[in-house]
Amino acid sequence: MELRDFTINSLRQRIKAREIKATDVCHASLERAEKLTDLNAFITLTPDRALKQAAEIDLAADAGRPLPPLAGAVIAIKDNMVIRGVRTTAGSKILFNYKPPYTATVVERLEAAGAVIIGKTNCDEFAMGSSNENSAYGPVKNPWDRERVPGGSSGGSAVAVSTGIALAALGSDTGGSIRQPASLTGVVGFKPTYGRVSRYGLIAFGSSLDQIGPFANSVEDAALVLSIIAGRDPIDSTSSDAPVDDYLGAAKGDVRGLRVGVPRQYYGTGLDEEVRASVESAIKKLEDLGATVVDISLPNTEYAVPVYYLIATAEASSNLARFDGVRYGFRAEEADTLKSMYSRTRDQGFGAEVKRRIMLGTYALSAGYYDAYYGKAQRVRSLIERDFRNAFEMCDVIATPTSPTPAFRLGEKTDDPLEMYLSDIYTITANLAGVPGVSLPCGFTSNGLPIGLQLIGRRFDETTLVRAASNIEQAIDLDTKPPVEGL
Amino acid sequence: MRDKYEVVIGLEIHAQLKTESKIFCSCSTRFGDEPNSNTCPVCLGLPGALPVLNRAVVEMSAHAALALNLTINQESIFSRKNYFYPDLPKGYQISQYDRPFSERGWVEIPTSERNESGHAIEWKMKRFRIHRLHIEEDAGKSLHEGMRESASKSYVDLNRSGVPLAEIVSEPDFRSSWEAYDYVQYLRRALQYTDVCDGNMEEGNLRCDANVSIMPRGAEKFGTKVELKNLNSFRFLQRALEYEIDRQIAAVESGERIIQETRLWNERDSKTYSMRSKEEAHDYRYFPEPDLPPLVVSETMIEHVRQSMPELPEARRRRLIEQYSLSPDDAAQLTDTRTMADFYEATARASANPKSAANWILNELVRELKNTGTDISASPVGAESLGAMIRKIDDQTISGKMAKDALIEMYKSGKSVDEVVSEMGGGQVSDEGAIREMARQVIASNPRQLEQYRSGKSTLLGFFVGQMMKASGGRANPQVVNRVIKEMLEGEGQQN
Ligand SMILES: [Zn+2]
Repeated sequence: MELRDFTINSLRQRIKAREIKATDVCHASLERAEKLTDLNAFITLTPDRALKQAAEIDLAADAGRPLPPLAGAVIAIKDNMVIRGVRTTAGSKILFNYKPPYTATVVERLEAAGAVIIGKTNCDEFAMGSSNENSAYGPVKNPWDRERVPGGSSGGSAVAVSTGIALAALGSDTGGSIRQPASLTGVVGFKPTYGRVSRYGLIAFGSSLDQIGPFANSVEDAALVLSIIAGRDPIDSTSSDAPVDDYLGAAKGDVRGLRVGVPRQYYGTGLDEEVRASVESAIKKLEDLGATVVDISLPNTEYAVPVYYLIATAEASSNLARFDGVRYGFRAEEADTLKSMYSRTRDQGFGAEVKRRIMLGTYALSAGYYDAYYGKAQRVRSLIERDFRNAFEMCDVIATPTSPTPAFRLGEKTDDPLEMYLSDIYTITANLAGVPGVSLPCGFTSNGLPIGLQLIGRRFDETTLVRAASNIEQAIDLDTKPPVEGL
Repeated sequence: MRDKYEVVIGLEIHAQLKTESKIFCSCSTRFGDEPNSNTCPVCLGLPGALPVLNRAVVEMSAHAALALNLTINQESIFSRKNYFYPDLPKGYQISQYDRPFSERGWVEIPTSERNESGHAIEWKMKRFRIHRLHIEEDAGKSLHEGMRESASKSYVDLNRSGVPLAEIVSEPDFRSSWEAYDYVQYLRRALQYTDVCDGNMEEGNLRCDANVSIMPRGAEKFGTKVELKNLNSFRFLQRALEYEIDRQIAAVESGERIIQETRLWNERDSKTYSMRSKEEAHDYRYFPEPDLPPLVVSETMIEHVRQSMPELPEARRRRLIEQYSLSPDDAAQLTDTRTMADFYEATARASANPKSAANWILNELVRELKNTGTDISASPVGAESLGAMIRKIDDQTISGKMAKDALIEMYKSGKSVDEVVSEMGGGQVSDEGAIREMARQVIASNPRQLEQYRSGKSTLLGFFVGQMMKASGGRANPQVVNRVIKEMLEGEGQQN
C-alpha cells in the first residue's frame, strides 16, 4: 500500500467501502517510517495510539456508521505540540523526558475528525531554525538529496508528508517554518492567518507570530485539514471568531479576474535564477487561466529580517524562561545553588542557536534598549502591516518565491547565522503582518530539487489562497514524489 | 531630631481579589488546600498553555478602582514582568505596566498621630492621592521550613499561582507612619465594603510594601528612597516605618549617605535588613503580553459597576455621625466593617434608640463576640433581637442591669429577650405597693442597720437597696426602689 496514491478523501471513501482497512494503512505508514529512519523525520512514533485510533475507524466502517472527514488519515504532528502522555521535546534536550498532561487543541480536533496520529516529527529546537540542523535529535535529511537540508523548522513534518509516511502533518510557522520546508521538499505548506488556528498546546516561540498549519501533498488535502483545525478556541485568547469558510469548496473555483500582485522587492539580489524562472512561469500560468498580474510594492520589506529577529527573539526570551529545571524536563546535576542550577540547566539544556536568540531577545528588552530595539521593531512592524493593507487594495493575492534558493547542503550555513536568517526573507513578512500564506511546488531545478511558489492573502481570506493554489497545482501538474525506494 | 526632617512615604498594596477561580484559568482560589492540588497547565505554566482572562477579575477591579476614585482606562494592556524564581512557573508574571487598568485616584480620610499609649491625638481629614491600580497574577509559594529534608530542599506550592491581585500604588503623600497606617486601614475597609478583598494582612490577602525617604524640612527634592518589604500586619507596617525613619535620620545625622536598596522587616529583631541594592535590582524587561488582547472596559460596564457600588466606609461614617448623633469614635468603630455597620443600623432601627444601640453593641456585644471569637455576621444575638431588648429597657419592662444579664443569656442560648426574661422570673417590678411591702419586710429584718442609718450613716442606703434587689431577684425597678426605700427609712423615723 502506498499512501501517496491517496488523498485524504479518496482513502476515506475506500475505508468506508471497506476496500481498505484503516489499520492496514496505519501499519503501512509505520513500516515506511521504519524503513526511512535515516531521514530522521520523527523524534517519537506512537504506534500503539495510532493503531488504536485506526481500529476504531475500522469498527465504525464495519458497523456502517458515518465516517468523520479525516477517517483513517495518517497525520504527523510537529514535536512542539503537546499530546497527553506522549513525549514532547520541541527538538530540545531540555525537554528530553517531558510527557505533557494535556493535549493541544489542534490534535484534539484532528482526532475528533478521525485522524490517526502516527507520531511526533523532528524540528529545529523550539522551532528556531531554517534547516532542521538545530534539533537536539539530529538533522532531518531531504529525501530529494540526503546531503541537503529539508528546511526548517518543521522539516520532519515536511519530510513525513513528502515520503508518504503521513498523508498530512501539522507544522508551526513563526517566520516561514511551514512554507520554507514545504518549498524545499516539494509539498504544500499552509500558514493560516494569525488567530485562525488555536495555539493552545503549541510550545511558544514567538507568540505574536506563531501559527499552526498543515502540510499535505495536495492543496485539497491541506485545505481539508485546515478546515478541521481552524476556528475559535475559547482557551486561546488570540484565536479569532471570524467564520471558517468552506476551504475545500474554494479549491474548485476558477481564477478569472483574480488580481495577482507581484512585489518587486521579492525578486531582487540573492534570488536564485532557476527559482525566479520557475516562479515567474507559475505566475504566467495563472495569467493564462484568466488572472491579471499587477506590479505592487511592499516598501518596508527590507526591514523585515531585523524586525523579525528583534520581536521573535524578545518573545522567545520570555517564553523560554519557564525551562529552568525546577518542575519538569532536564535539570543539571552538579548545581549547588539555585542560581547555578538555573544557569547550568539552561546552558546544558539549550542548543547554541536557542541560546543566541534568548540573549538577543533579552538584550532587545533590556532597560535602556527597549525603545531603540523592541519598541522600534514594533513600530516598523506596523509599517509592514500597512504595506500589505495598501497592496491588497490593488490585488487579491501576492505571488512570490517561498525561498530564495532551493534546498542547501547540510552544514552549508551553520557557521553563518545571518546567512541562515536570510532563508526566511520572503516568508517572515506574512508572520509580521499576520496574513496567511501558502507554499506549493511549482517546478524543479536542473539538478532535480523542488522549488516553491508562495501565495500571500488578505487576513482571514484563506479561500482565495486555496483557489489560486489549486488552479496552479492543476495547471502545472507536477510529479512531486521524491526519489525514495518504494515510491 | 525628627523635626528637622520631613518624611516621605509611598505605599504599594497587593490586594487578593475574592474571585472563585484564578485570573487566567478555572482553578479554585481556595486557601489551605493540599499543596499543588488547585492547579492546571495554565497556572503551572506548562509549555503550550495560554491564559484567558477571568471577567470576574475585571468586575472586582472596577469596584476597587471606583471605591478609590480612580479613572478606569477604556483600554489597558497586560505585560510580562520577567524574572526567575522557583515559585514563578512561567519565568514571568502577567501584570500591567504601560497602560494600567486605572489611574489617578484619591481618598480623603481622617488621620491622626498617636500618643505613647497608642491613642489618637487629633483626627484631621487629609487627602492622599493614588497613582494607579492595576491587575496581575500572584506567584506560588516557596516552602523552606517544616518539610522533609528542608535543610537541603525547598518546596514549591503553586495553589496560589494565578490568584488575582489588584496592585494599588499610592503617590508619595504620607508624611508619617501613622498616616500610612490610617491609609492602609482605610484601604482595607474600602476593599471589604466593595466585597472584593478579605483584607486580612496576617493571612496575606492584603500585602504591603513601602518606599521611605527623608529630606530636610522645607526641601523640595525627595531623599533617596528605600523600599521596605515583609510588612505583614498593620502593626508591623507602622513599626517598620518608624524604625526605618529613625535609621535614615541617624544615618544622615552621622554624615552617611542613604543608598537606594530594598530592606526586609524582621519582626523578631524589630529591625530592617538590607536585601539587595540598586545595582542588584532586577531588570524586569516588561513588554506587552502577546497571549492576551488589550483589556477593553466599556462605559456601560463602568456605569453598571457604579450603580452597584455600596456606600463607602468614610461616607458611611460621616452619615452615621449626622443621622444618629454618634461620636466620631463610635461611628468609626461601627463602620469598621460593612457587616458591623449593617448590624448597627439594623439594631438602631429595631430599637428606635440609635444611641443606646451603639452603646450596647460596642460595650456588651463586642465583648461577647471577642470572647467567643465570633464575627458579628454570625452573632447569636441578631440585630432584631438586640433591638427588641433595648426597647424593653426603654419601656421600663426591664432594667439596664437585668438587660446585661439577659444579653449574656441570649448570647449563650440564642433565645429571645422575652424567653430569657420570663425564665428570669418575669420583667421588672415597678408597682409601688408591692415594692413598699417588700421594703417593710427588708427594714423589719435589719433593725441594726436601720438604727445606724437613722443615726446619720446615710451610706447604708446602698445596703438597703441591695437587700431590696436581692429580695426581688433583681427584678425590682431600681428607681422606684431608691425613692421608696429612702422615703420609708426617713419617713418612719419621723413617725417615731
Ligand atoms: Zn489553573
